[in-house]
Amino acid sequence: MNQTSRELRKKRPLRKAPFAVISAFLLLWLIGVATGEPARVLEQAVQVCLSCIGIG
Amino acid sequence: METVRKWVQVILGFLMNGSWSFPFTRTIYQGPLKVLCAPGLNCYSCPAATTYCPMGSIQQLLGGLRFALENGQYYFGFSVLGSIGVLGGLFGRMICGWACPFGFIQELLHKIPSRKFGIPRLLSYGKFMFLLLFVIVLPLVLVDEFGTGSPWFCKFICPAGTLEAGIPMLLLQPNLRNTIGLLFLNKFVIMILFLVWAIFASRPFCRTACPLGAFYALFNRVRLIKLHLDEAKCTNCKACHHVCPMGVKFNESPDDPECITCLACMNKACKFDAIFLEIGGLPLAVPDRGVSPGSKS
Repeated sequence: MNQTSRELRKKRPLRKAPFAVISAFLLLWLIGVATGEPARVLEQAVQVCLSCIGIG
Repeated sequence: METVRKWVQVILGFLMNGSWSFPFTRTIYQGPLKVLCAPGLNCYSCPAATTYCPMGSIQQLLGGLRFALENGQYYFGFSVLGSIGVLGGLFGRMICGWACPFGFIQELLHKIPSRKFGIPRLLSYGKFMFLLLFVIVLPLVLVDEFGTGSPWFCKFICPAGTLEAGIPMLLLQPNLRNTIGLLFLNKFVIMILFLVWAIFASRPFCRTACPLGAFYALFNRVRLIKLHLDEAKCTNCKACHHVCPMGVKFNESPDDPECITCLACMNKACKFDAIFLEIGGLPLAVPDRGVSPGSKS
């Protein structure tokens, strides 16, 4: 790390918004997992979706 | 750095499409890895796909929401939204530039020598319309007699699905060819249009129609990893305007929703080290070539 980087690190504060956003979506993901949604997602993903590929 | 990015695109493309038993099984991968969310637009009906497509899953879950609720299942798509939300919060549209197989295909097509054209900025709002209307509203609102909605974007638009799943599945399963109709023809034409457009313009699908790109674009201001402009060093030379594959004028709009953090502006254009990559506000790397706006290189 050169001089400029060190100076910038001292000057610039840590941004908190990304951590808040990531935490909020992590919570959302946990709620989804708690309701058993991944099993439904897997159920759909292992079947060929004919609509998705423009056939059905 | 461009070479590193290309290798990352190739490796992630293979990881998301790592099931190569399909020539023998003649169908898609059906293992447990498909509970994982693909960061980029990668159709889960692609025979080699090892992960699920977040846009496809969201539409399927919203389309089946009424039926699920009637059966006491609260499948609102929270796990999918949470997955792509965390990815968005970390990387934003950097995923488009580094981890999307369909974005990579468009980049390769754009290397074909031809006259190159820009894309009007107005068209970039189209992808937000596709996200709102085709991914959320229509699957949720327009339902059949059983209360089930269709995955509208996948069914009528998605060229990635046609290329990665539709065509391979038709080749693998001859009996499916009898079911080809107007629906497939519509999607095939859309795919051809975007692929040809990609030769003449940079990443046209990402810029005008990709709902996942639109979702990640919402995070570009607040994402953890992003490019930062040091205004004290910027000379307003506009060199960054000319190298951006997404048509971003970086020095005028550093948090532009179109920025895919390909780093072209930082590495190829800016001679004054005014652009650098940061994580949560802390600079990751600042190349210092001893050049400042006031000095001669």
